[in-house]
Amino acid sequence: MSDRPMDRQGSGALVVRDLTKHFKLGGLLSGKRQLIRAVTEVSFEVPAGHSIGLVGESGCGKSTVSRAILRLVEPDSGEVVFDGIDLRRASRTAMRKLRQRLQFIFQDPYSSLNTRRTIRQTLEEPLRVHRLGSKAEIRDKAEQVLAEVGLPPESLQRYPHEFSGGQRQRIGIARALVLNPELVIADEPVSALDVSVQAQILTLLDRLREKHRLSFLFVSHDLGVVRHFCSRVCVMYLGRIVETGPTRDVLDKPAHPYTQLLRDSSPVPDPGHRLTLAKHDGEIPSPANPPAGCPFHTRCPHKLPVCTDRLPPLKEIAPGRSAACHLFE
Amino acid sequence: MSETILDVRGLQSEFRIGGRWYPAVRDFSLAVAANETVALVGESGSGKSVTALSILNLLPAVGARIAKGSVRFGGEDLVGLPEKALARLRGDSIAMIFQEPMTSLNPTMTVGDQIAEVIQIHRGATRTAALAEALRLLEEVRIPAARQRLHDYPHQFSGGMRQRVMIAMALACRPKLLLADEPTTALDVTIQAQVLALLNELKESYGMSVLFITHNLGVVAQTADRVAVMYAGEIVECAPVDEIFARPTHPYTEALLKAMPRVDRDTEALEPIPGQVPAITRMPAGCAFAPRCPLRAPQCERHPELLPLGPSATHHLRCRVRAPQESAA
Repeated sequence: MSDRPMDRQGSGALVVRDLTKHFKLGGLLSGKRQLIRAVTEVSFEVPAGHSIGLVGESGCGKSTVSRAILRLVEPDSGEVVFDGIDLRRASRTAMRKLRQRLQFIFQDPYSSLNTRRTIRQTLEEPLRVHRLGSKAEIRDKAEQVLAEVGLPPESLQRYPHEFSGGQRQRIGIARALVLNPELVIADEPVSALDVSVQAQILTLLDRLREKHRLSFLFVSHDLGVVRHFCSRVCVMYLGRIVETGPTRDVLDKPAHPYTQLLRDSSPVPDPGHRLTLAKHDGEIPSPANPPAGCPFHTRCPHKLPVCTDRLPPLKEIAPGRSAACHLFE
Repeated sequence: MSETILDVRGLQSEFRIGGRWYPAVRDFSLAVAANETVALVGESGSGKSVTALSILNLLPAVGARIAKGSVRFGGEDLVGLPEKALARLRGDSIAMIFQEPMTSLNPTMTVGDQIAEVIQIHRGATRTAALAEALRLLEEVRIPAARQRLHDYPHQFSGGMRQRVMIAMALACRPKLLLADEPTTALDVTIQAQVLALLNELKESYGMSVLFITHNLGVVAQTADRVAVMYAGEIVECAPVDEIFARPTHPYTEALLKAMPRVDRDTEALEPIPGQVPAITRMPAGCAFAPRCPLRAPQCERHPELLPLGPSATHHLRCRVRAPQESAA
């Protein structure tokens, strides 16, 4: 920590180690007591200037990871280190300073924007809270960021309901950018949008990433979007990372049988490659009651006897690639 | 040429906004042959769902109307048919499934009773016989432990299983035509693949025709025999599935494919479609896509018709630039 590189590119790496978050549900008056194992021992890195994808299906824990990093939900254990600072031990003031450098973009910008505030109020508030500049400077910054996300200046006087879904996502992005963050955590930022608008937002994010040298943790269920946006990908299943590696390699030659299933299930706009998947009839198990051993064994076509009683560790199978599967032992 | 099951001609459906009627679907003609799957694809606001509701005569009674056209099914025109006769058809020879099964299922009835009810009403079967048939249907859509689950309520099923229940209910009376409006959009991709495979299989074994409404071109390529692309309330291109993906000819179809990030190959530069779908109150007089079209030319000021492309009898196009239509002026 003492010899922290001063240039922007060297700083701002995010390291997540053994992150775990289990939710307790139920109790005295509200039904059965349950422990939801949302995230278990998740480790990965987002090097400065890189975009890392976190993919998986509903309930795999990808959104919980993204929220636990910023302590929007408090993790149970594990380390989250950003630029050498342990976020979990950071004091309130330190955390407040860090939140300038780490920003969030949500899936549904409408529910994350205050409907009673104009866009100007929404964009200026974080600057005022963090006391970043005089009144005039704050006004200029809001205007400049709005232009950067491709919205006309008159939008500043308007309210969120006056905008379409794609425009609202631009506002969500503007709000994230206004504090000049280093790392952006984006949770399904384009999932609610039509294809043509999705492409507009992805190109905008591409451009901003380049211009501001942003790092991204990009959470998505859409492998096509992740392939376009992220250099590396972590595939999650039932709260654990089951495979990680360069996005192209992982998607072109999946190692883990779950990644293979995910890849084969993703529809491709080519009638020559139709899905032939009637064999895979399994359901995703509940994170309240994950199977013993490998969590994927209930759906796995390559199940071995060992898979039902021992959890395979995530280990390197090729340079830069890891998988948690007994087939690679 | 096989038998035509559904024949929609010149359909125009309108909504009343501020005292004036505006068309949401215009000049819509489409025939579906026996055992054929036709995909209706388009983005939000393209009019695809309004088309489905118009076919079933399910538009809201106030503020919406079918202004023109006919919907012929089994020798009858459904437009203007009394509600009683329509109610007999719906759920019987025309069945439908929607995006969110939970809103179409009755939360206070067991799934067995709900499926049995359909058979009792349309076929006059006894409750015992109808329940036996319900069980057979649940097994056919591969609900595990169907005999026990017959007495479960919808909330006890996962999203994918609920959609299977909806499919079982739709199949109860061996429909000739299934209208499926975004049936897999709310599902995870591995579950979506299962449901698509199941639908394809059942379509064959029941000899049904399917009108499949979706915004997802990947899903279209997986299921359709023929594809109709809708934009701003009109069909802009219609062709057999192989043809439309091999030779997308309307600038909008082409643009949609270029805007979609693919899981199976690198898309270095996505090409977003600038702008957005026009509101139905502000439809351009000429080609509706012209304001966003890279090929816009003076002749686009005049509204194009949907005409056969060259000598082809199967590929239809609504574009004055790609298919000059002097005679149609």
